[in-house]
Amino acid sequence: MRNAGPEPPEESPAGAAPRRLTLNMGPQHPSTHGVLRLVLDLDGETVVRAEPEIGFLHTGIEKEFEQKLYQQGVTLTDRVDYLAPLSNNLCYCLAVEKLLGLEIPPLAQWMRVLLTELTRLNSHLVWLGTHALDVGAMSVFLYCFREREDILRIFEMFSGQRMMTSYFRIGGLALAPPRGWHQPVRRFIEAFPSRVDEYEELLTRNPIWLRRTQGVGRAPLEDLLDLGVTGPMLRAAGLAWDIRKAEPYSGYEQFQFEIPTRRESDVYARYQVRLEEMRQSARIVRQALEGMPSGRHAAEAPHVVLPDREKMKTEMEALIYHFKLVTEGFRVPPGEVYQAIESPRGELAYYIVSDGSAKPWRVYMRTPSFGNLQCLPRMIEGGLIADVVAGMGSLDFVLGDVDR
Amino acid sequence: MLPPPLQAIPVLAELQRWDPSALLEGKLDRGEVTLVIEPGKILEVCRRLKQEGGFRRLSSITAVDWHPAAPRFEVVYHLHNLETNQRLRLKCRLEEGAELDSVTPVWRGADWYEREVWDLFGIRFRNHPNLRRLLLPEDWSDHPLRKDFPVHGRRYDYAEEGAP
Repeated sequence: MRNAGPEPPEESPAGAAPRRLTLNMGPQHPSTHGVLRLVLDLDGETVVRAEPEIGFLHTGIEKEFEQKLYQQGVTLTDRVDYLAPLSNNLCYCLAVEKLLGLEIPPLAQWMRVLLTELTRLNSHLVWLGTHALDVGAMSVFLYCFREREDILRIFEMFSGQRMMTSYFRIGGLALAPPRGWHQPVRRFIEAFPSRVDEYEELLTRNPIWLRRTQGVGRAPLEDLLDLGVTGPMLRAAGLAWDIRKAEPYSGYEQFQFEIPTRRESDVYARYQVRLEEMRQSARIVRQALEGMPSGRHAAEAPHVVLPDREKMKTEMEALIYHFKLVTEGFRVPPGEVYQAIESPRGELAYYIVSDGSAKPWRVYMRTPSFGNLQCLPRMIEGGLIADVVAGMGSLDFVLGDVDR
Repeated sequence: MLPPPLQAIPVLAELQRWDPSALLEGKLDRGEVTLVIEPGKILEVCRRLKQEGGFRRLSSITAVDWHPAAPRFEVVYHLHNLETNQRLRLKCRLEEGAELDSVTPVWRGADWYEREVWDLFGIRFRNHPNLRRLLLPEDWSDHPLRKDFPVHGRRYDYAEEGAP
């Protein structure tokens, strides 16, 4: 760890008092949303140099994957980005399914789309609420968490869990969708667009919000690309790139939605992009709700998917498959895949290397927060210390996702 | 040498014409292109791929430990071309203790990825501007994603203490 104590005073020309100050922000700081340490070199109120120190939430999840059977790995993925657990479930499952060459039935694909879009709403709501809170608008937080609660209830209805859902499994879904699941989802999605209007009423033309966000935390598109930034950050800099459109997965090519972009690449533009993304996600959820196909919730692949509980009581084969799957897992053909999806924060990808056994040889998570956080110094250097928190909020990183 | 389906991709054919010795192997598997690059030429290959091949984005850098096989490590680069929507995987095979050129002059974003590989695998990158540990504390001595790094703690043995 670098020593962040006060630096020796610099020689100043006219014998004036030294102006440079090193300020240690975090690791325990409410606006870092996790445990991030920032070492700021200040000249008066201007940030001269910023250096993020990460790793406080490093849990060695990638190492742990190597000790687990493939199907056990699903529950680890929830814990990486704890604001978007289903996006991580989806990416991991898609990667393993690609290795296995498994076809997923339409119901499972559409249900995955519906739930990952609800996850995007969930994540953006937490972002909006906490970002506004950081910048000083308290009430937005309460509105956002009201809607988030509805989404968490929907997750609980599907999977029995509010946050660590693990609802997507290799081959499909963990459980068939519960009876009557349409009503709560429909009720939520009918009301949601008017809720976004409410947030906009609170912020979009609010003069304080505008002055705290417009022209703050700017970074040109070239620099963002060079630094490995993805997702809404790039779209707010004018690049209409969304993996859901560019490399559709899980049936996204069947849905109509637009990629919102802005050119300003400041905190306000990122706010506008994410708000419009919420409207687009609501559109996708509505389409998925109305066109939901019927059929099986998991692929017919007895060597991968756990058998039906009912069948286990009557069929010997089902019982044997169940026993084999739970005790030994399933073997995955050797090879490697890189599966990318558009998570709420940007490009989320799993790189999985298989050696042909029932446990992955290597699982690498290319997490969007890690790539995005690297551009933080570029955004805040040269700005005022008061804008550091606004810039950090606009990045929307999750430290669990950064440190893994 | 590149197999025929890869030679049909103009960027790769170009790369092979430029320096056949830089490309050791190539394969197309499950729709994904993998090239094995001569470790000494990784920086030049990356520069060319970015400038002439349009691979403006570096998605990630990571490594795989094949212990006890030799060569032990593979450093894996994932590149992405936004215009053609093409993804490309580059690999360098390394023995333990070998070093690679840093690609930070090509993509500044490689900084943290290379630091992470150093931290977790112990592979050094030449000319990296700031090759310190990234995730683990600086006084940590091991590289935990190596396959010979234990997952469990040492089993406590009562006999060692001479307990009854």
